[in-house]
Amino acid sequence: MCLAIPGKVRKIFDDRTAEIEIGGIVKNASLELIPQVSVGDYVLLHAGFAIEVIDRGKALEIFRAWEGKVD
Amino acid sequence: MKYVDEYRNKEIAQKILRQIKGISEKKINLMEVCGTHTVAIFRNGIRKMLPSNINLISGPGCPVCVTPISYVDEIIALSRKEDFIITTFGDMIRVPGSTSTLEKEKTDGADIRIVYSTLDALKIAQDNSSKEVVFMGVGFETTSPTIASAVLKAQKDEINNFSVLSVAKIMPPAMKALLEGKEVNIDGFICPGHVSAIIGSEPYTFIATQYKVPCVICGFEPLDILQGIYMLVKQIEDGRAEVEIQYERAVKPEGNKIALDKINEVFKMVDSDWRGIGNIPLSGLEAKDKYGKFNARKFEVEIEETREPKGCRCGEVLRGVIIPSECPLFRKACSPENPQGACMVSTEGTCAAYYKYN
Amino acid sequence: MKEDRILLSHGSGGKLSFNLIKKLFLSNFNNPYLKRLDDGAVLNIEGLKLAYTTDSYTVDPLFFKGGNIGELAVYGTVNDLAMCGATPLYLSCSFIIEEGFSLNLLEKIVSSMRAASAIAKVDIVTGDTKVVNKGAADKIFINTSGVGIVKEGVNISGSNAKVGDVVMINGPIGSHGIAVLSEREGLKFETEIKSDTAPLSSLVADMLEVSKDIHVLRDPTRGGLSTSLNEIALSSKVDIEINESDIPIQEEVRAACEILGYDPLYLANEGKLVAFIPSEIAPNMLKKMKKNKYGKESKIIGRVVKKSEGKVYLNTTIGGKRIVDMLTGEQLPRIC
Repeated sequence: MCLAIPGKVRKIFDDRTAEIEIGGIVKNASLELIPQVSVGDYVLLHAGFAIEVIDRGKALEIFRAWEGKVD
Repeated sequence: MKYVDEYRNKEIAQKILRQIKGISEKKINLMEVCGTHTVAIFRNGIRKMLPSNINLISGPGCPVCVTPISYVDEIIALSRKEDFIITTFGDMIRVPGSTSTLEKEKTDGADIRIVYSTLDALKIAQDNSSKEVVFMGVGFETTSPTIASAVLKAQKDEINNFSVLSVAKIMPPAMKALLEGKEVNIDGFICPGHVSAIIGSEPYTFIATQYKVPCVICGFEPLDILQGIYMLVKQIEDGRAEVEIQYERAVKPEGNKIALDKINEVFKMVDSDWRGIGNIPLSGLEAKDKYGKFNARKFEVEIEETREPKGCRCGEVLRGVIIPSECPLFRKACSPENPQGACMVSTEGTCAAYYKYN
Repeated sequence: MKEDRILLSHGSGGKLSFNLIKKLFLSNFNNPYLKRLDDGAVLNIEGLKLAYTTDSYTVDPLFFKGGNIGELAVYGTVNDLAMCGATPLYLSCSFIIEEGFSLNLLEKIVSSMRAASAIAKVDIVTGDTKVVNKGAADKIFINTSGVGIVKEGVNISGSNAKVGDVVMINGPIGSHGIAVLSEREGLKFETEIKSDTAPLSSLVADMLEVSKDIHVLRDPTRGGLSTSLNEIALSSKVDIEINESDIPIQEEVRAACEILGYDPLYLANEGKLVAFIPSEIAPNMLKKMKKNKYGKESKIIGRVVKKSEGKVYLNTTIGGKRIVDMLTGEQLPRIC
């Protein structure tokens, strides 16, 4: 029901908005819902708002679980 | 695209599929309650890749589809008022009301603008201070905080010509209603990943404990969905019923507290009508009285009498009771060019997905 | 709700357009040439095979990254002729201009039309100008018609796709759609996405040098690749299969689609062609196409699999399979 796309935070401005890069596209988004973000973090972007930070470690788990697995 | 492309890996997808096939031969019904999942499942052709004992059912997960006709009539009535600008996400523009759509009203001269964000709607209000700017507040928990934020900003910046016609909804009560309805046998829920990024995993606990139905919160890329299905099938085979998070990179068990606080600050929970399901207690969001001036229901409008399209079985489709091809209108009187019900008009609608991809 | 008036979607190149053409235009103007519903008509006039086509151009904004309405008006018609396998020769050009339109902009548009005709090696030999009241048109509309000669032995039509044919495309899809849209939606790009607006006549001439046995050529403009393939499948009564992972697409175009909830298969192109050719000539064809400026990124994206009522299938990246339908209604940015 809700499209959200991961993008990289490139710049953070004083008004709690940020410049976010998604596959070569740059979009501004509000950081109001996740203030604790740093430049370089990946965030989920939904309707002009960053709604969550991507956990880099957890993002790899699916590959750890399956890549080595012999079936 | 990082965090997107890696999750579309064919080798791993095939590996997960082989594992799914190996676990269980039981007949299993899994319901996805998120329209974005429905679309991702169809666009990747996942349904047909699964072994025949696993059946995916689409639930009431498209906010556009579950919005009752009377609400669409309400926004259409507002759009006909002098000096009103209606702002909406693109999703709503073609949804049929009783006799019209926003798209048709636009053709007839209403000022209707598609926005990507509630903040764009707010900007339109600032730029048009002599007009009333109403935002059609449709969405689930993912979108509600962005609507709440706009209201809070309007309050702070004194943008008094901005208001929201809230039809925002909450997902877990609808899942409960489906389980209580007992029309469909649901063996597991593919829970909505982005809703859960906001609300966390706790709100689904009752489904696992009271109804003994396993839940897995899933991401939206093909590997996420396949792994989620694998986790559900495994729970079912092990005889477990728990809430698990597959989409761990984005969903914390506690959700996003700041977003939840914003929802709670601006909105109160109210009983809400769901198309096809009926009234569900405490399943909708309406602005609290203290934000009453930003509630578009302060405007008086005459809303036409609700007319449901004859023969349309959207309701049953939304509850997962029938699949679209069982509706007599499907592919005949009802098609994306000439939709009868909302399930056909929304890109995420189950009927549209069946029509387009099946 | 039954449609009793024209909606924007009737002009989007998708299903509604297709139905309007079939039910209203074709049934009224019915003749064997129109019936083929190709990009242009190929007429037999005293032993000469003449290709004839027309198109009207309306675009907002008039100037976008990689092109403008004037260039589109020339290349669009040139391409429609090229899709008949013709060498484009002469164009007509008719302007409908809104009162108050900037003369300076008009000069810019016309001068880029001049440059475009020089590149495409065509002359604009006749024309017309109308000015309408303010509000009666949106800035400027341009119509161009064109004629060209089809060489003996060339027989290209949307209804000629054969089982076993290879489906080729001359480069990445969707850049025109996104370039125009991004100006409207205010998307910023790291590396600018330019419209692919280009004349395809030289590419087609090169292809015909390799073999005259090209079965179908089509430029997937409005409605995108999927709509063109569906039209061909229906006209030729065949099933087509394409492979998702083989379809060239720029990273930025893909990302823009993810953000806006668009499907790139439905995005407009203005410098792309799909070709259906016998598989045995495919390797040579590909080699030749890649040598042309407008074919460097040519690829084989699928094949015609069987006789049928006409469906298009996509083999998805992860190994699934699904139907690809025509565009139904203009794509709109969505959040869910």
